[in-house]
Formats: sequence, C-alpha cells, structure tokens
Amino acid sequence: MIQIARRLGVYVVTAWVAITVNFLLPHLMPGNPIQTMIGKLQYNVTAAEIKSIRLSFGGSLHNGLIHQYFTYIGQLLHGNLGVSITLSSPVSTILRGAVPWTVGLIGISTLLSFLLGTLIGALLGWARGSRMDSLIPAATFFQAVPYFFLGTVMLLIFGSDLHWFPELGAYSLSVTPSWTWAFISSAIRYGELPMISIVLSSVAGWMLGMRNMMITMVGEDFVLMSVAMGRPRRKVIMTAARNAILPSIANLSLAIGLVVSGALLVELVFNYPGVGDLLLNAVQNEDYPLIQGIFLVITLAVLAANLVADLVYFALDPRTRTLATA
Amino acid sequence: MKTLRIPRSPKVMIGLGIVVFFGLLTILGPYIAPDDPNNTSFAPNLTPSWHHWFGTTSLGQDIFSQTLVGARATIVVALVAGLVATLLSMVVGVTAGYVGGATDDGLSLLSNVFLAIPGLPLLIVIDSYLPVASRSNSFVIGLVIALTGWAWGARVLRAQTMSLRNRDFIEASRIIGESRRRIMFAEVAPNLLPVLASSLLFTVLYSIGAYVTLAYIGLTSTSVWNWGTMLFWAQANNASLSGEWYWFVPPGVCIALVGTGLALLNFGIDEFINPRLRESGLSARQRRRRGLPRRVRLGLTPVLRPAATQASRSVEISKVTP
Repeated sequence: MIQIARRLGVYVVTAWVAITVNFLLPHLMPGNPIQTMIGKLQYNVTAAEIKSIRLSFGGSLHNGLIHQYFTYIGQLLHGNLGVSITLSSPVSTILRGAVPWTVGLIGISTLLSFLLGTLIGALLGWARGSRMDSLIPAATFFQAVPYFFLGTVMLLIFGSDLHWFPELGAYSLSVTPSWTWAFISSAIRYGELPMISIVLSSVAGWMLGMRNMMITMVGEDFVLMSVAMGRPRRKVIMTAARNAILPSIANLSLAIGLVVSGALLVELVFNYPGVGDLLLNAVQNEDYPLIQGIFLVITLAVLAANLVADLVYFALDPRTRTLATA
Repeated sequence: MKTLRIPRSPKVMIGLGIVVFFGLLTILGPYIAPDDPNNTSFAPNLTPSWHHWFGTTSLGQDIFSQTLVGARATIVVALVAGLVATLLSMVVGVTAGYVGGATDDGLSLLSNVFLAIPGLPLLIVIDSYLPVASRSNSFVIGLVIALTGWAWGARVLRAQTMSLRNRDFIEASRIIGESRRRIMFAEVAPNLLPVLASSLLFTVLYSIGAYVTLAYIGLTSTSVWNWGTMLFWAQANNASLSGEWYWFVPPGVCIALVGTGLALLNFGIDEFINPRLRESGLSARQRRRRGLPRRVRLGLTPVLRPAATQASRSVEISKVTP
C-alpha cells in the first residue's frame, strides 16, 4: 500500500508540474503572447469568449502572477481550457470529439504491441541461438524508424498502390457516426492500417527488452531446478517468462509516454481525426489554447495508464507486498 | 594489465561502420553535395536517374543534395542534445545515488516526474512558444530536446551508482583509507562508463527522433535543411499519395540507418556488461569455432575467453590424467 501511495504521489506531482509549466510558458515568453493571441482571433468574438480566454490564462494581467495562477487552476477545475482560436469553440468541446478516436486507436494498438512483443521476446530469449535470432536485426531497424515514416510508407504501398486498405480518415464518408454495425465495421476497416503501422513500429522495443530479460532468467537456478524436476517444458517457459516480464512492466512508465508520442504522429499521416491530428493543426495555426489543452489531456491520460501499469505490477510481484507489510 | 575485451560480434562491427559513415557525412555532406538544396531550377518530380540520384521534388530541387546537406543539422542537434542530456543525467543520477537520503528523494522525484510527462507533447508546447529566430538555432533546439530527454539516463545511472556504492571492493577501499575522491574517480567511475556510454547512445537516438519529429510538424525553421524538413515538404505536397516515394524514402531510411547503427553499438555495450548476452550474440559458426555447444544448455552460462581453444584445454586434461 505504501508503494502504491508513493507512486500516486509522484503522479500527482507530475500532473502539478505539467499544469504549472502550461501556466508559466505563455507568461515567460517575451512580449505578451496572450494579448497577441486575442488580437489574432479570426472571427467575430463575443466579449464572453474573450473573457473565457483571459480566464483560462489566469485572468487580468493587473492581478499579479500568484493571483493569476490560482485563477488558472480554478478555471481548469471547472473544465475551462479556453477557446480555440481557429475553430472558435471551447477547447474542451473539441477534445471531447477527438479523444475517443485516439483512445481507440492508440490504446488498442499499444496493448496489442505489448502483448505480441512480450510473447515473441520470451520465445526468442528461450530459444536463443536458434534460427529465430535473425528477427533481431530486423526488429532493431524497425525500432529506429520514426513511426510517422513507417506510416507514410505503409500508406503508399498498401493504401494508394495496392488498395488493400482505405487511405485516409477514420470511417467511410458514406456512413454517419452512430452505434450501427455499418459504422462500426467501417471504423474498424479504416483503423486497420494505422494500427498495423503503430504495432510494427513499437513491437520491437518490447521484444528486445523481453528477450534480454528472458536470457538472464534462463540462467537462473530456479529454471534449471524446474527442468531437473522434469516439469513440462511449456510450464518451465511460463515460469521463467512470468519473472522476466516484471522489469518490462516496471518500465512501462517510460515506454507509454514514448509510444503515445510516436503514435500521435501516425494519426497525422492517416488524417485520423484524433488528438494527434488536432495537435498538428493547432501547431500550424499557432492555436495556443488548443495546444495547451491537448498537452494537458495527453499528460493526464499517460499518467492514468502508468497508474494502471503500476497496479498490475504490484499484483504480479509478491515482493512488493511483503515490503509493504514489513 | 587486463586488456578490455571489446565485443567483435558482426552486429557491433556493422553498427560501428554505419555510425562512422554518417559521422563523415555530417562533416563532408555540404561540401560534396552536387547542387544547392534550395536551387529550384530543375524539372519537377523527376524519378531517380544518373543526373539526380534521388530524383527531384515537386519544386524542382535535387533530393540527393538535400539529403547530404540535411545530415549536418540533424546529427549536430542530436549530438548537442545527447551530450547535454547525458551530462544532466550524470550530475543528477550519480549525486542521487552516491549521496542518498533527502537529496536522493528530491532528485529521484524530479527524474520520475520528467519520465512520466510524455516528452514529445511537452517538447511541442515549449517549442511552439519559442521565438521564430530561436527555432533555426541548432543549440537552442538541442537544449530544449535535452531538457525532455535526460531523465531515463539519470535513473539508470542512479541505480548503478547505488549498487556500486555497496559493493565489497568499494567497502574495502574505504577501509584501507582511500580518499573519497579516489574512490569516486578510480573505483566507481570506470564501472559507470559502459552505462554512461549506453545512456549517451540512447539519448542521441531519442534526440534524432525528437528533432526530426519537430521539423516534420513544422516547428523548426524551414530555412534549415534537415531530414525532418524534407519529410515535412514531402507530406505537405502529398508525396505518399501521388507515389513520389523517392521524396520521403531517402531521409527516412537515413534516420532509420543512423538509429540502427546506434542501437547495434548499444548491443556491443550490453554484451560488454553482461557476459550472458555476449555469448548469445554469436552466430552458429562462431559458436562452433569457439567450442561452444551448438544449442544453449540450461543452467550453464558459457563465458567467452580470448583463445582458450580445444588444444590448450586438452593439454591441461592430459596433465591431470597420469
């Protein structure tokens, strides 16, 4: 329990740092970005919208930094992330439309790639020196390829050349978003290629990490003992893998951030209407409220995913439990 | 004196070759490029030919020249970021591991926070607020990337320092009265070197990815040629949908090759630290030559020796048996 509380503490501090960075950046930059931003608004803004933007950056500049900071946090707690400069609607409303797509695409492909990579890695580590080792150089290459580049190549070959997959977007234009089978099957069909490219770019990392741990594990005495006791081979591999997987899960906090960062760009390549695509448009239009809102949402989502990974780790590793009771 | 046994597995040699090749390209690239990368006087959308090895863009620029010139900015930024981040992680990690106590708690919290924040979105937020002039400055961009990429190294170095601090040979040096500074530099530091090197390779790898990504989404100055800017223009002109593969494949393959080279070198360091991995890095033929069993047997960790071949072993055996 103490361990979980400690991790939770780290995440709370992290969330606070992210929020503070978000607040301070526009205030630290030379000039007055907030004023410039409001000056840039391209449509007829109402006084209420200007007030909302001001509040989302901490209210009037006459109030002093500390006062602005608390105003800013108060606004966040009420869900006010400001108004998007280019899309002329509240940032929170825009995000509500994009987040489900990203959670679906990146969530499923990250999980899939972790499971697949761990499984292959365990087998590679067990049967080292076998013909399967020729997978390793290929995996290393795929690991070094930027996600968006692999996505671009896949789109060119399997989308526009071979026409095996639909090219851009998240669903066919002939269906309207609803909970009907026609729409869901179309969404799955359009999600396949982006998902394959994310899995292909990220699977190598899990695979190589698991292989190295498995090799170390196979040299341990308890594995030799299990074999000597004549346990079935499948069970021995399972026992070794169960122990080798622990560092993989412990390192999830580093990996989830990296995978999500990379995967966001795949959305760009495929024009997938998720948070990543939104982020690119926001960057190109210098839509600061939207950029900051997206940053906060991504950070909080990654922290939540980390917390889940930690809970799984505590459930799998009995040593953490004995430590807690001692 | 014991010589360092640097792993010579083919993986490591290939990695070294790739890294040296791109190192030369960084220095020579702009001088050997056949054309000015900004020159738009050629015919647009030419496929690769003898005159234009990688073809031309839809603006009529020579892609081969862009790739050569772009190597420098890409690798210089990655090196700056990698070096600064490694320095940061060394200061934070070694201090936390060696001093311990409240200092350790504070520094560990700091690195855990930076590990948990997703790096790329943070990078994008910081970079989008940078004045346009700083976005073309390799060092400013490198520093910002370093700021988001040091935490992993700090964590690894802290763990290694902590485990070293409690080893018997350090304890022994302390008991025989070696000075604290001598223990730090003569006993602890050499054992940190492989970890430090591996952490440097890893951060350079991360920095290339981060820089190229920033350029790809248009957050660095488009007046500086790097591999990410090339991908940015290719994407902006829908090169992937119109089948102009020769536009985005060269920079992408270069990025992947540099990354692969660094990762292969890292394998070498891993094999250097962990003898079990060293043995597993050999091909079937090398195993036979060194007299190792073809298949790995459980419970045995074959450790490579320089030249302890069958011959010398049989001599020993013949000495024992009368």
